[in-house]
Amino acid sequence: MSATSSTIVNLPDQRTAALPKRHYLNNEDGLLSWLFTGDHKRIAILYLISITFFFFIGGAFAGLIRLELLTPQPDLVASDTYNKFFSMHGIVMIFLFLVPSVPATLGNFLIPIMLGAKDLAFPKINLLSWYLYWVGGLFTLAALVLGGVDTGWTFTTPLSTHYLNTHVVTAATGVFIIGFSSIFTGLNFIVTIHRMRAPGMTWFRMPLFCWSNYAASILMVLGTPVLAITLVLVALERLVGIGVFDPTKGGDPLLFQHLFWFYSHPAVYIMILPGMGVISEVISTFSRKRVFGYTAVAFSSVAIALFGFFVWAHHMFIMGVSNYSALVFSLLTMLVAVPSAIKIFNWAFTLQKGSITFETPMLYAFGFLGLFTIGGMTGVFLGALGMDIHLTETYFIVAHFHFVMVGGMLMAFLAGIHFWWPKMTGRMYPESLSKLAAVTTFIGFNLTFLPQFILGYLGMPRRYHAYPPEFQVLNVLSTAGATVLGVGYMLPLLYLGWSLKYGAIAGNNPWQATGLEWQIQSPPLTENFIEIPIVDHEAYDYEWLAHKTAHEVTTVG
Amino acid sequence: MSEFHDPSNVINPEHADAHIISPGVYAIVFVTLLVFTGITVGAAYVDLGIFNPVVALAIASFKAVVVILFFMHVKYQSNLVKLTVAAGFFTFLVLITMTMTDYISRAWGLW
Repeated sequence: MSATSSTIVNLPDQRTAALPKRHYLNNEDGLLSWLFTGDHKRIAILYLISITFFFFIGGAFAGLIRLELLTPQPDLVASDTYNKFFSMHGIVMIFLFLVPSVPATLGNFLIPIMLGAKDLAFPKINLLSWYLYWVGGLFTLAALVLGGVDTGWTFTTPLSTHYLNTHVVTAATGVFIIGFSSIFTGLNFIVTIHRMRAPGMTWFRMPLFCWSNYAASILMVLGTPVLAITLVLVALERLVGIGVFDPTKGGDPLLFQHLFWFYSHPAVYIMILPGMGVISEVISTFSRKRVFGYTAVAFSSVAIALFGFFVWAHHMFIMGVSNYSALVFSLLTMLVAVPSAIKIFNWAFTLQKGSITFETPMLYAFGFLGLFTIGGMTGVFLGALGMDIHLTETYFIVAHFHFVMVGGMLMAFLAGIHFWWPKMTGRMYPESLSKLAAVTTFIGFNLTFLPQFILGYLGMPRRYHAYPPEFQVLNVLSTAGATVLGVGYMLPLLYLGWSLKYGAIAGNNPWQATGLEWQIQSPPLTENFIEIPIVDHEAYDYEWLAHKTAHEVTTVG
Repeated sequence: MSEFHDPSNVINPEHADAHIISPGVYAIVFVTLLVFTGITVGAAYVDLGIFNPVVALAIASFKAVVVILFFMHVKYQSNLVKLTVAAGFFTFLVLITMTMTDYISRAWGLW
């Protein structure tokens, strides 16, 4: 085990170690001190609890979907109930989990600390964003409890406007409100990154996590209003029949898809970019090297954000858009692969000749690298006009975006949670159990979604609750994988919860990482820094860290 | 930020020149907007054929620009604020032009 026993984990002597006396968690007591907090770290914790709650709701629907698809016959639920399952799975997972996942939890917690600031620029707006998230979440839950919504997460017209009598407006109102929560988070990050960097913290000394969240924030602020307007139009169409999407009144149903995907394609980058920031931090720390091509990685985040606005019609190739327009959008779609590949290659070169160790966050990061690459490459298949005709609206699409969103984003989220957990709570989780969870997740994920690529290629359509019997073997594999995946997600919930009370004391810098957040106590003080740090080195400067810690006596308590 | 001694306002440069617009300018802008509202009504009575929407949109855009520049103080802000406003318009232009690539060429048929 010599290859895996090497570790950079550096914990203080557990016999004498104790958590710091004062930190943001115990600074104030009582429920109200949490509900009225302006502290970005506490809001991050509130968000973390909230998105975990919604993740398991969305996950329950995923489980029900897979259970129905265990057999070819439609024997578990009726077809419209099945429609409600996948609609609620999509709405909850996308708007209530993936979009706020990394920015609202890790981003809220870390961006001010990484920049050397005491808090985000607008603490009260930050808290308001969490309340709006819950108002939107309650509307979504109301739509669910009152009888569900069966439009799919896309609210596509004319189905949503003319043919359904489910709770479309309730769910759309929920998503409308959550959108504002997302805008406020993005606005806060943009202003904070522009105005509140510590002395010496230049743009190109910022950790790449800040760069990628900055790019995602731009997308949130510029894209989300279009979604809001679109959902208002759907509601008006349903309630008073304004006719924007109604051909009999001179409208165009496809206009809805243009407007919807104008937000919802960039939304994919809102989801993945902060995850890419996590991966940059994790890979650098666990290979003890500066991120290769820092500037290229930073600008590729911005490039992804910019290109993200020019590709949306690739969701509509078979919907009747102009062939000439489709050609342009197909070409532009291929372009997004370039900055994504820049990131992947730069991470690979960061690993090259690094002192790599395989702690849990790194295992998740490796999972991200492989799965996101597969997800991205299959995206190129789908962006090609000819292939898309065969593959779109099949399980190939489902597998593709789950590789990006679950294999990419969720892996990155879990990498980040495991990486910064000692900073957030001051305690370590059981390392062997967390490694087991990482491996279980990876295996379960592949077992669930690789068969779906084949199913889609063979022609199994998405959003149906019955299928021809010859597809059953692959569907059983997929459902079996989903149960493994479920175990992989339950494990962190259990051992992270356990670690809150019983975990080893982590100390300030268990991973010996370079970021500013690792130079302060864990958990941090409410005001983060005792004095404003003056930054005289760039991010990922391990020589600076070695120099700093050379004569340091480890005292904790 | 107030605990720092910062007489030349390096920390918040845009606060330094918090431009106060005179009532006269507001009055001029208000009258301009009223005049263009009149022109909008007038243009509705003249049939310009294909130019009907073009003229209507041109008038509306002009009024919006006046409002943004003067009522919303964008004219007197730092370049960063101007860039932020421009970013919104850029995104809007992308939405319109890229959507129009579909609507313009949809009738061209298959190749």
